[in-house]
Amino acid sequence: MIPLSYYLILSAVLFTVGVIGVLVRRNAIVIFMSIELMLNAVNLSFVAISKHLDSLDGQIFVLFVMTVAAAEVAVGLAIIINLFRNKETVNVDEINIMKW
Amino acid sequence: MDLVIPKIDVVSLGPELILSIAAIFVLLVSVFLPKGRKDPAAYLSLLGIFFAFVSSIFLWGNPRYSFNNMILVDNFALFFNSIFLIAAGLSILMSVNYLEEQEMSHGEFYALILFATVGMMFMAAGSNLITIFLGLETMSISIYVLAGFFRRSNKSNESALKYLLLGAFSSAFLLYGIAMMYGATGTTDLKGISEYLSKAAYLKDPMLLAGMGLLLVGFGFKIASVPFHMWTPDVYEGAPTSITAFMSVGVKAAAFAAFVRVFLYSLWNLQPDWNHVLWILAVLTMTLGNVVAISQNNIKRMLAYSSIAHAGYIMIGMVASSELGTSGILFYMLAYAFMNLGAFGVIILYGRKGEENLDINDYSGMGFKYPGLALLMTVFMFSLAGIPPTAGFVGKFYIFSAAIKSGYIWLAIIGVMNSLVSVYYYLRITVMMYMKEPVKEFAGLKWSPSMAIALIIAVIGTLLIGIFPSPYLDLARQSVQLFM
Repeated sequence: MIPLSYYLILSAVLFTVGVIGVLVRRNAIVIFMSIELMLNAVNLSFVAISKHLDSLDGQIFVLFVMTVAAAEVAVGLAIIINLFRNKETVNVDEINIMKW
Repeated sequence: MDLVIPKIDVVSLGPELILSIAAIFVLLVSVFLPKGRKDPAAYLSLLGIFFAFVSSIFLWGNPRYSFNNMILVDNFALFFNSIFLIAAGLSILMSVNYLEEQEMSHGEFYALILFATVGMMFMAAGSNLITIFLGLETMSISIYVLAGFFRRSNKSNESALKYLLLGAFSSAFLLYGIAMMYGATGTTDLKGISEYLSKAAYLKDPMLLAGMGLLLVGFGFKIASVPFHMWTPDVYEGAPTSITAFMSVGVKAAAFAAFVRVFLYSLWNLQPDWNHVLWILAVLTMTLGNVVAISQNNIKRMLAYSSIAHAGYIMIGMVASSELGTSGILFYMLAYAFMNLGAFGVIILYGRKGEENLDINDYSGMGFKYPGLALLMTVFMFSLAGIPPTAGFVGKFYIFSAAIKSGYIWLAIIGVMNSLVSVYYYLRITVMMYMKEPVKEFAGLKWSPSMAIALIIAVIGTLLIGIFPSPYLDLARQSVQLFM
């Protein structure tokens, strides 16, 4: 039996990898993938905690999160494709008309 | 194994269901409308909003849980429902001509506004973190699309991409916070969390505190509080103006509704922990918003920073964490809805395709050319600055007095000093309009009945709440006593 803390540490590491990906990478699609990694890290936490507590709430939550993530990907890719049509780039450094 | 079918109380979801049906209907109808003439879709969605409002009124005063304790329909949720419906209704009225002029008149626009409103309602009514998360995402995904609705405009695209990436990033933090809460307390139910936390022994659990911090980050992004505000000016500037108006009122109100519900109810026993953090965030948010707004030359950007500053004022109400503070938040949100939507309405009316007139210098001399419109803008600017007899003054008065009654005198003083700073940039527009010579030719306004109605409603709301605040304050008071 693997203790709960192992799962939580793995999930925290994955989440951090996702956060670093969002902050460091410059390709909009890779940033988007990093966000998905963050969401799935959270899903791992939910499932592990749910198993540990012997309650179903966490597992149900994961299903909702996956649905929401799918919807977000659909909208996100549409926005990125539309941007690519207009500007022919997905590099977020070049998407900078507005700056303070 | 027994399968228990929960009691389904459809009536309690009345406003949400009516709006969803109206939105689907709008999508269907707009297919059959001729290209570029989609205004019947707008009137249909206004009808849906009207009926949702009526059904909210019928639910008033009868708080109940429904759908297995997933949602709580109390006066708090219904008060916020009315704010969302006002925001959606006025934004739709302002959009009709705006979209036609920009050659972007599509029925989906109105349907998406309605779906976003449904998401907001679920955020305000959610009594389980699952419902709040789903509501937040329903709202956000609709708004991502709406921010990028002008699909040939680079600015609109950029605004949608920034909002999407940062919004999804922030909801991942919120979600991680929910997971931590679930791990620490064993439930995602707000009432369950609050009951668990009433046993003081658990309050120092690091997982719980980490969860609270992550929830704070997630909500902080949505209400645009410093240091999570960086997306606000860019997104507000690039999005279609009527959507900027809708976002600045609706999204902020919905995020505050969930924020108040989670922090002032579920995490009440952790109040000593989060109160200091919120104190600092409120001061930073107000100060940064007001100081940076001074140097802005684009009026949409200026109003974006001003909306950051207003989020700071509202957070004072949360720091006060008393009944007066919470009712102050509700009252302020209502006042802010009217005055901010009105200001954006004037901006929409003053611009036209290819000549948006968004620079503050474009407003010089407007008072001589269009006295009526300039008068409206003056009322909204006075209200945003908090000058009596407008709604903004009364709202600030209640929030600051709540802070003083709870003993946060310095916070109130900083708040008042901040609103003094804000007077500078709000009145700069008024000065431009009345005391400067025009710098360019005016091409004439295109008044439309729907825009006129929207502006009249906004100005009446701003003045009425400002002159006779007590009935609205009573409604706000009735709305906060009902955390069951």
